Amino acid sequence: MTGFLLGAAAFVLAMVAIGLARVLRGPDDADRVMAAQLLGSGGIASLLLVGAAADDPTVVDVALTLALLAAFASIAFVKAKLAARAGDRRPDVTP
Amino acid sequence: MSVLDIVSVVAIVAGALFFLAGTVGLLRFPDSFTRLHALTKADNLGLGLVVLGLLPHAGGVLGGAKLVCVWLLVLLGGACASQLIARTARMAERDEP
Amino acid sequence: MTDLVIIALVLLLAGLALFAVLARDAFAAVVGFLAYGLLLTLAWVLLRGVDVALTEAAIGGGLTGALLIGAASRLHGTEAAARAESPRAGTRALAAVMAGLTTAALAACVLALPTPAPSLATEAMAPISSLGVGNPITAVLLAYRAMDTLLEAIVLVFAIIGVWSLAPDAAWGGRPGPLHRADPDGILAYLARLLPPIGLIVGLYIFWTGADAPGGKFQGATIVAAMWLLVIMAGLADVPPISRRWLRAGLVAGPLAFIAIGLAGAATAGAFLAYPDGWAKPLIVAVELALMPTLTLILALLLAGAPLRTESR
Repeated sequence: MTGFLLGAAAFVLAMVAIGLARVLRGPDDADRVMAAQLLGSGGIASLLLVGAAADDPTVVDVALTLALLAAFASIAFVKAKLAARAGDRRPDVTP
Repeated sequence: MSVLDIVSVVAIVAGALFFLAGTVGLLRFPDSFTRLHALTKADNLGLGLVVLGLLPHAGGVLGGAKLVCVWLLVLLGGACASQLIARTARMAERDEP
Repeated sequence: MTDLVIIALVLLLAGLALFAVLARDAFAAVVGFLAYGLLLTLAWVLLRGVDVALTEAAIGGGLTGALLIGAASRLHGTEAAARAESPRAGTRALAAVMAGLTTAALAACVLALPTPAPSLATEAMAPISSLGVGNPITAVLLAYRAMDTLLEAIVLVFAIIGVWSLAPDAAWGGRPGPLHRADPDGILAYLARLLPPIGLIVGLYIFWTGADAPGGKFQGATIVAAMWLLVIMAGLADVPPISRRWLRAGLVAGPLAFIAIGLAGAATAGAFLAYPDGWAKPLIVAVELALMPTLTLILALLLAGAPLRTESR
């Protein structure tokens, strides 16, 4: 079971690594943020699998923290993009 | 292997497959919006199935509740962030000459 | 099997680090750095350092990413000029050689460590039961090396004063950052109403569980600060002006309480920050409780930046 869990973690990580190619290519910044989001959920999945393999229940706390802060970071990115777009043309109102 | 173990393995393999699908979609789809669609499949179902597969191994009710909580938080954050990312992509599309 | 995960991780980390350094666009580099932080969290878990993983997830995953993206937005106008000045080949070669030498020296040191590597783990774990805390990290931070934690808290207060000093004279005492506005019926406002209460509970849980399991005030404070910043970014609340008395009182309350406990320790147990017998656990809890709001305020204000708006707006 432990071997299987670690193998699944490695697989998810590899998948997400391939998805990171999108960060390299772009072409739009939205694509890059999307790739980072995939990394976030893939990373959380890997973390949970590794934690179960090591039989360490505290790793779920790390995944919890990561989930919250990944959401926060995504919002920060989107705000920055919207602010950059708005510039001085119109007030920064986010949908 | 007990029945629970088999259920875990099946669920986790299914979850990993959804991650594969999400990655392939992210790389191969032609458009920001279609890529976003692929991404959310990995987020929701990929992580959801992995959490489902790990539930039998969680320590008690609290451990299982924490796992489900992680999934729900990722769902919530991912859904809202995806909406906002889509709007930025839309605005970028509109701005282009 | 673990080796597979480790190899995949190491390759990814190296690749992402290269990408973050070589990316042309600041935004792409910050996204790469954020991804790097997320993967580093996994690396720490594999090394069995769950406390460090928590801190990396909180600070590296969220706050540093937001800080860097804010900086990247500000520098957007000057990016073209910065890219135009590229160093000569000689400078680059010198930089490459220095970086290579430093890496080689570090690698040599790590590989030359005797097995098992020297550590104070057994000595650190021995008196833990008398302290009443189960987490050795907490014991080290708040009992054996409490002085370091105190100085670290004071350094953070200095940092926030440093950030404030960047304010233009007219805006001193005002509100940091721009006024955020969002559609009150929109997605961002919805998220900012739903997520922070959950985040607050998680943050307090992580803070409280730090006594016996990985966690503690720093990670908990980071989560709470991130939730507060989310509310501010959605326009549901405004950053308080830095002249407010409660804000300033909150900033110094933590270190002052810590110093007071230290002086009390000097009076009752013979040395500054010594804990009298049997009082260790309550005093540690008191220090953590005092520092938690201070850290939350500092982290949130560090991200908010220097005051830009005067009070009247």
